[in-house]
Amino acid sequence: MKELSLNVLDIAKNSVKAGASLIEIRLEETDETLTMTITDNGCGMTAEILRGVIDPFYTTRKTRKVGMGIPLLKMAAEQTGGQVNITSRHESEHPDTHGTEVVAVFHKTHIDFTPLGDIISTVTTLIQGSPEIDFEFLHVSDQFRVALYTRQLREILGEEIPLNSPEIIQWIAQYLREQYETFSH
Amino acid sequence: MKSLAELAAIREKMKDKIVLREGGENTRIVVGMATCGIAAGARPVLNAFVEGVDREDLNGKVVVSQTGCIGLCQYEPIVEICEPGKEKVTYVKMTVEKAEKVLKEHIKGGKIVEEYTITSAQKA
Repeated sequence: MKELSLNVLDIAKNSVKAGASLIEIRLEETDETLTMTITDNGCGMTAEILRGVIDPFYTTRKTRKVGMGIPLLKMAAEQTGGQVNITSRHESEHPDTHGTEVVAVFHKTHIDFTPLGDIISTVTTLIQGSPEIDFEFLHVSDQFRVALYTRQLREILGEEIPLNSPEIIQWIAQYLREQYETFSH
Repeated sequence: MKSLAELAAIREKMKDKIVLREGGENTRIVVGMATCGIAAGARPVLNAFVEGVDREDLNGKVVVSQTGCIGLCQYEPIVEICEPGKEKVTYVKMTVEKAEKVLKEHIKGGKIVEEYTITSAQKA
């Protein structure tokens, strides 16, 4: 992947597939590190499935047998001296608290650190593809704090206007862009 | 600065339009957004279609949606155009520039951009 924001998109898509109704994307930066946390309340994975997920030739798909999302994330993190941790609770064992959390730590000063890239596009792409899911996006450091909670937007828009209306998607992109700009001056 | 209050104003403006959007069959632009598609550059292609549909005022007539891997990863980014009553057209190795052309010539003009289709790619 050319940008870490593409990994974020790819991993969050797993949460969509797991049937999550809430997906949290949190990016926390220090001078040294970028920590990416993606948490969902989807169906979760059993210990056995979770063991296999790190393996590039593991996938839940029935038609093809290769899943590359987590291995690509792991590679991007480990090549900077960072790591990926996944914890998951499967709905069969945790009917009320199921879900998955993926935490990836990257060392920003390492030469093999992939830049974050266009994270705004990742957020709008996720909302465009799954307007019914609640996304909580937060990007923080000592210098800035950018946030978007789709539940807030939905409260204003009501039932009749879906979040993936092109006008709303454009508005969300601009809303995030302006938050970043406020802190870059 | 964008505020949530502004969103309420957009809602009021959109309410009338939404009624028009319901009913009737739409043209669907389907972009492959699995790992293979994302890695090959599907995200800007999807954005180009979303922005283009809004810019060309095709809201209500054209719906942009996302799908998973269809098993032709070497041809990603893949975009399928499904028009009511017509055969599906599959475009391969898409870029933002190609998306603009498909929007203009195919979606608006009704003429398939043959050179970008999977049929052309497989002949080459």
